[in-house]
Amino acid sequence: MDHFPTNWGRPRHEGFDAYGTFPIHQRPTNGPKDAFKEGIERTQQPIVTGTSVLAIKYKDGIMMAADNLASYGSLARFKDISRLHAVGNNTIIGAGGDMSDFQYIQTILDDITTEEFTAQDGHSLGPAEIHEYLSQVMYARRTKMNPLWNALLVGGVKDGKKFLAYVDLLGTTYSASTLATGFGGHLAIPLLREAVEGREDTLTEEEALRIIENSMRVLFYRDARSLNKYQVAIVTEAGVKISESLKVETSWSFAEGIRGYGAQTQ
Amino acid sequence: MFRNTYDSDNTVFSPQGRLHQVEYALEAVKQGSAAVGLRSKTHAVLLALKARELASYQQKMFRIDDHVGIAIAGLTSDARVLSNFMRQQAMSSKMIFNRPVPVNRLVSAIADKAQVNTQEYGRRPYGVGFLVIGQDNSGPHLYEFSPSGNSYEYYAMSIGARSQSAKTYLEKHYESFADCSLEDLIRHGLHALRETLQQDKELNVNNTSIGIVGPASEHETAAVRQGGFRILENEAVDPFLQTMIAKDSGDAGNAPAAGSSSSAPADEDVQMSG
Repeated sequence: MDHFPTNWGRPRHEGFDAYGTFPIHQRPTNGPKDAFKEGIERTQQPIVTGTSVLAIKYKDGIMMAADNLASYGSLARFKDISRLHAVGNNTIIGAGGDMSDFQYIQTILDDITTEEFTAQDGHSLGPAEIHEYLSQVMYARRTKMNPLWNALLVGGVKDGKKFLAYVDLLGTTYSASTLATGFGGHLAIPLLREAVEGREDTLTEEEALRIIENSMRVLFYRDARSLNKYQVAIVTEAGVKISESLKVETSWSFAEGIRGYGAQTQ
Repeated sequence: MFRNTYDSDNTVFSPQGRLHQVEYALEAVKQGSAAVGLRSKTHAVLLALKARELASYQQKMFRIDDHVGIAIAGLTSDARVLSNFMRQQAMSSKMIFNRPVPVNRLVSAIADKAQVNTQEYGRRPYGVGFLVIGQDNSGPHLYEFSPSGNSYEYYAMSIGARSQSAKTYLEKHYESFADCSLEDLIRHGLHALRETLQQDKELNVNNTSIGIVGPASEHETAAVRQGGFRILENEAVDPFLQTMIAKDSGDAGNAPAAGSSSSAPADEDVQMSG
């Protein structure tokens, strides 16, 4: 039956079905429509973005760093944003790309950690499980042509095992002892590999901090979407620690000697 | 046989505060042939008595995942519905987190399903009980699930017809199970299962199923992957049946079977209390 009152007592679309001979499911209807369907838009580009995230393995676990900037295009819009997020007691994630999508990821991760916690049965999600979950979420969203526009690093230590892996908006994953997203993938990775590879089990926390700081400095010099204010997260068997904001020490005296980029007196 | 005033609707309490339909469901579990479960520090085992149906024997054990298996007593059709659900839960945990589902959560999940059936109008409780064994990060486990929606973890448990006799055996010996070898654990299980038999019956390769999680036994021939769940049936059961001690020898269960565990030197034999 046609439940829509404005159709009652009227001829059905004569041009289409003069004698009402068509099966009901082929007749024109005023059935329920999704009024918002036309209005749905998908993320086609990131809006407020974060740049690189760096992470390395060292003796006691995982060290991860990201600066505090969320850019609006080329505008340095938010300068006090944390792009590192602890998940449970064993895992840290760091995000580049769209910051609103990252906030959404933070809420779903908080939801599953709460659910896991409330079970109170001694089982907990480690970094490997969190990474698998994120890769499934990211791949599911890209398959719906509506990706979460992020590149994420997931790191942690559980049951004496260090874990560090990458996942991005396509659901692509890989793992290495040094990882970086965004510009860091070009600028920092060679430095990190040089300093870390083969020494994952001997690097001390101080050495690892120096390696990270050096890479953050190079990124601040050369990446126009970066900031000289960053945080470092450390995950060890003891848990997750995210530092206060640190400052990159820079020296610009060399710029005096540069010629050819603008008005010059000589 | 069961005719009470307050039993036509399972969601209505009797004046004594009982739900008769739930109690009848527990009776359905007792109609099924017996199953016994035991746990040590390294292994959990299930032993079940397969009832004869026509020319073959009833399936009493189901594999849920690499690390979990169940033995059932009661309505097989209800068991299949629940074990399908458990398999889905296990698969989704593997898919989403790449983690074998923790055994306690699997058991809680079916217990929650069973509880709903005792509280919502127009439903009936499941007519089946499970013994669930599995291993996860916290080691091997044994759980009982019953249609009332209860689930408990045990050192040893039995369900099904005449299971009280098996329980009596298990209660006498359970303190020694923690340090048992797999062979001794299964022998205890067989002795307990034997208690549920009728006078003229005995355990044989046709009516006995053994389910195991934990490292392989010397009697197992098939390759065992990382101590995952496996079901032994027919001739694979025979070496374990051979280790049983005749009931009339008077010390069944107390003395270790001769040659049952050539891996364990004689001076490490388990000392039983009582």
